[in-house]
Amino acid sequence: MQPIRVLIAKPGLDGHDRGAKVVARALRDAGMEVIYTGLFQSVAAIVKTAIEDDVDVIGLSILSGTHVPLTRDLMQTLQESGVVDKMVVVGGSIPPRDIPLLTEMGVRKVFPVGTPLQDIVESLQREVLDKH
Amino acid sequence: MTATAQQIEEARKRWQAEHFSAKHLDVATTDSGLDVDILYTPANLEQTDYLQAIGFPGEYPFTRGVYASMYRGRLWTMRQYAGFGTAEESNARYKLLLSQGQTGLSVAFDLPTQLGYDSDNPLARQDVGRVGVAVDTVRDVEALFDGIALDRVSTNLTINSPAAILLAMYLVVGEKQGIAIEELRGTVQNDILKEYLARKTYIFPPQPSLRLTADVIAFCSERMPYFNPISITGYHTREAGANAIQEGAYTMSAAIAYTREVLARGIDVDSFARQLSFHFSTSRDFFEEIAKIRACRRLWARIMRDTFGAKDPNSLKMRFFNGGNGSWLTAREPLNNIVRATLQCLAGVLAGAQACHVPAYDEAYAIPSEDSARLSLRTQQIVAYESGVTRTVDPLGGSFYVESLTDRIEEKIKQLIDQIDDQGGLIASIERGEPQREILAQAYETQKRVSTGQSVIVGVNVFADEGEAQPIELQEPDPSVAERQIVRLNQIRAQRDDEAVQQALARLRSAAASEENIMPSTIAAVRACASIGEMVGAMEEVFGRYKEPADV
Repeated sequence: MQPIRVLIAKPGLDGHDRGAKVVARALRDAGMEVIYTGLFQSVAAIVKTAIEDDVDVIGLSILSGTHVPLTRDLMQTLQESGVVDKMVVVGGSIPPRDIPLLTEMGVRKVFPVGTPLQDIVESLQREVLDKH
Repeated sequence: MTATAQQIEEARKRWQAEHFSAKHLDVATTDSGLDVDILYTPANLEQTDYLQAIGFPGEYPFTRGVYASMYRGRLWTMRQYAGFGTAEESNARYKLLLSQGQTGLSVAFDLPTQLGYDSDNPLARQDVGRVGVAVDTVRDVEALFDGIALDRVSTNLTINSPAAILLAMYLVVGEKQGIAIEELRGTVQNDILKEYLARKTYIFPPQPSLRLTADVIAFCSERMPYFNPISITGYHTREAGANAIQEGAYTMSAAIAYTREVLARGIDVDSFARQLSFHFSTSRDFFEEIAKIRACRRLWARIMRDTFGAKDPNSLKMRFFNGGNGSWLTAREPLNNIVRATLQCLAGVLAGAQACHVPAYDEAYAIPSEDSARLSLRTQQIVAYESGVTRTVDPLGGSFYVESLTDRIEEKIKQLIDQIDDQGGLIASIERGEPQREILAQAYETQKRVSTGQSVIVGVNVFADEGEAQPIELQEPDPSVAERQIVRLNQIRAQRDDEAVQQALARLRSAAASEENIMPSTIAAVRACASIGEMVGAMEEVFGRYKEPADV
């Protein structure tokens, strides 16, 4: 079986990258192929990378309170680009009230700060397996 | 006759043998991995010469504090980091906090401001006024401090890459309030090196950034005697995952790098060293945090005296602002964070902080609400006015454990400083990406320890309540902020003298390209009402914009 391919992305101006990098390492240690965008990415650039690198999962990491508008932008851009095969997950400082908003947009999983690494790994393994 | 160290050590061994079998004595370590004995006695301090190594508060080597009377003379400054929305909303929050007894301000700027983008820049749109206040021109800073006397309240400007610009705005606003530049009190963070290490709001590459940092230090040493032109910061490296030893060593190494940069301009060490200030984090290992800060204070005094030849005692004093560590605050059972933050605050106070910030209990979710911000201030006030810890200077001084840990952590920090120095200093290390990798490795290690339960977090991986999370009131983001801010920016652009702005920007560009201090031309551009995006843009044409390698 092909390893799961994940794009870990930092959209917007948020420089908090501890979570993104730690999760990237955990996913890699679990056998996934992980691409990290680096900081300050536009949504368009993230979508472009996701398509070019043919990833299964796009993981947005946002700790600046901008998760709702940025995720909405991403979902729209994916739709406009005709991308339907990528699973989107979001992690960061996400208040409980915003989780339904994100899932309604089509986000498969939300990982607020403090989510155990193992839960993230297992969740991606399960969800991607379901999809295939 | 009192017992000798040898007698005490023998008695200790007897005590240990009588009370414990080997299995009771599992190895314990501090959070940064130093071994901890079950008991400390005077024998642990046998090699410590009290007068040389510990001494008296307000005197070299300042282990016990930088001022003789410490909190008996004056309490620390209570300075909660705050800012959101537009200047008006932040001004209202500052006035609320000041009316509740806060004694200083710490301004949080939004990310576009920190990264040098105007609010109408398409890259900035979603981030305007989110994690701090939106500032485009000096008019915003004027509104931010409306009704707040800048000679009465000291302010910490948490700004780094565009530090020169915000300092210029601050002093122009002070001037409008009728306060001479020489009288202004406060701090500009202006610590660019930790931006590459951890905080990531860099704009320009390291070398030109370092020059700007030194420009601000040189300017303040000449013109602003009561102003701290830099706050050399371990706080963010810690938040990014560094342990206490790394935090201490990277902070000291940065301080060494800045000092060398200013000295290289032929400026006398005693004319600026007294204005260097520091910013540390207190995390969860209570005594280790205190030991770390006491160790750094002693190290800095020795480095300043012995390496840089400082003679003025004020040059040797490591004055610091303490912030409680946010990365251990939890989203689950958020009220538990109030207790964590209280311990962090107490650690900062017992370490002798000159100013404190207490993180808000809702930090894992959002920027502080009015209630959580007030509670953070109340936490400081309860420690200050109810606990009695302020009655004597350095109450932990002489503790067998704390003094012993101070010695050992100092040695570890010193080793890492020397190692960085042997490899060409902190700037070269940053350019090679070494400390960034070390911090990430430590962050990953910490997270794995939490995942496996080796590192305990109450309410998360032990005693976890599986029920629904407790609902708490959160600060609601205002979706109209960006629009309102852009309207204001456009009005200012329409009213100002365009030709004057263009001339000021041209002058700023040529100052950036020369070796001239950046401050005078920055002040002129600020007076002409140039925006941050325009001023940073002018500098960027000369310096370029930094892009870090996307390593994981």
